[in-house]
Amino acid sequence: MIYLDNAATTALRPEVFDTMIEYMRENYANPSSIYQKAGCAKVAMDVAREKIAKAISADHSNEIFFTGSGSESINWAIKSVVNNTTHGKHIITTKVEHPVVLRTCEFLEKQGFDVTYLPVDEFGMVDAQQVEEAILEGTILVAVMMANNEIGTIMPIAEIGEVIAKVNETRERSERILFFTDAIQAVGHIPVDVNALNVDMLALSGHKFYAPKGVGALYVRRGVKLMPLIHGGGQERGRRGGTENVSGIVGMGYAIDLAMAEMEAEITRQTELRDYLITQILEKIPHSRLNGHPIKRLPGNANITFDFIEGEGMLLMLDFNDIAASSGSACTSGSLDPSHVLLAVGLTHEQAHGSLRLSLGKDTTKQELDKLIEVLPNIVERLRQMSPLWEDYQRNSVT
Amino acid sequence: MYSEKVMDYFMNPRNMGEIENANGVGLVGNAKCGDIMKLYLDIDDATGIIRDAKFKTFGCGAAVATSSISTEMVIGKTIHEALDITNRSVTEALDGLPPLKIHCSLLAEEAIRSALWDYAQKKGIKIEGLQAPESTDHHHHLNDEE
Repeated sequence: MIYLDNAATTALRPEVFDTMIEYMRENYANPSSIYQKAGCAKVAMDVAREKIAKAISADHSNEIFFTGSGSESINWAIKSVVNNTTHGKHIITTKVEHPVVLRTCEFLEKQGFDVTYLPVDEFGMVDAQQVEEAILEGTILVAVMMANNEIGTIMPIAEIGEVIAKVNETRERSERILFFTDAIQAVGHIPVDVNALNVDMLALSGHKFYAPKGVGALYVRRGVKLMPLIHGGGQERGRRGGTENVSGIVGMGYAIDLAMAEMEAEITRQTELRDYLITQILEKIPHSRLNGHPIKRLPGNANITFDFIEGEGMLLMLDFNDIAASSGSACTSGSLDPSHVLLAVGLTHEQAHGSLRLSLGKDTTKQELDKLIEVLPNIVERLRQMSPLWEDYQRNSVT
Repeated sequence: MYSEKVMDYFMNPRNMGEIENANGVGLVGNAKCGDIMKLYLDIDDATGIIRDAKFKTFGCGAAVATSSISTEMVIGKTIHEALDITNRSVTEALDGLPPLKIHCSLLAEEAIRSALWDYAQKKGIKIEGLQAPESTDHHHHLNDEE
């Protein structure tokens, strides 16, 4: 299979898997216990915590809290801020956030919070000035994603962080605006430095960088209060009870180490492949366009809209050719509406239905992309032959 | 996710295309929701038998498959027999559809009715049991409320 859906999930690295197995088979002790074997598990988790902290340039490893997923990290961060805050009820976010952020914000709106959903430009970008202008006296939280999961656009997080820091200088310490970023698509793929970005909280997920599914983390800057998510044992410094997913955590620690070591070379390699892929597709297929920012985008993300056709059909035909990809069409989102991200960047509904996301990974080769480039024009052509919109377009362009 | 039959009708759609002098054409759905189906019918005026049917569809695999199989289901039928085709019979003919895709089968039923209505309008006749098509996307609203 040609796997071009690395933004959905990545293949677990075999060497990571081998390490994980040790912590299930031999080193199965509960890290909270007292004997030596338990100590080993505890130490292995501490090491993983240090590795995650180092990967995002956190000052202290105890600013890292392990979770069960990126979604959990996001929920925890946002709900913790509103739960620990009494000085306001206003949240600022963007229209292109992952549904986890949007649904959490909508949930909070029902609880009486006000949420500003910032619009984005044609590339899916907000700028720091927009955030600055949206800040109210009662603003308690700004949540902006670092890199978009659908179109790959990288947001100016550092600039936004600076603006928020400036506003915070005029506020009492207890009334600071907290800045959260969903960096799930970014960590392990592009440099992330919590201090340079000026973020207070950051969510990440292991399975996006070749670690197992079922493990993520939340970074919480020292001094920022974190509400206990699961009351119970003393795990995660009393904030998230439950015996830890030791093997998953160890696996994530190992995987981030490997990702960091390869990052620079992978950025160069994937960016080249990505640009080759985009250029070839746009050249070979008429009425196609790139979604997202042409340069400020994730190295592995290509998102292209093909007019007059619907995305699910493309995915089924690609699958028939043993190529895995994804789309922003309603049919693949489990709802009747196409991607909110593509609508937010200004695409029409039918264009949003006809998008294809190709996300590259560390194992993606040029040959694989060439195979895609070979079959895709025929697939698009076949679907256009079936499409009444294409028929209309051709009829109108003839007369 | 799809039955083998749905995949077969999607990958090898029967009766895809246009009928140049179709005397009944139905266009239903809307791009907002991601499905548009156009159905062409060639109906014998004397016997009221549907001689040929073709379709074009903008939509997902299920939308294409339901469009295609409904053309097969109407060919050779009289107008009145064609009116008996329901979303349920279309879904059954495809060995079922995932729950989220049931609205695609409603689209097929509507397209048949819409094409027959177009035929009746053109011929100035009244077809018993057939009313003017409603707003083409009402089934989506129904679906939303589920």
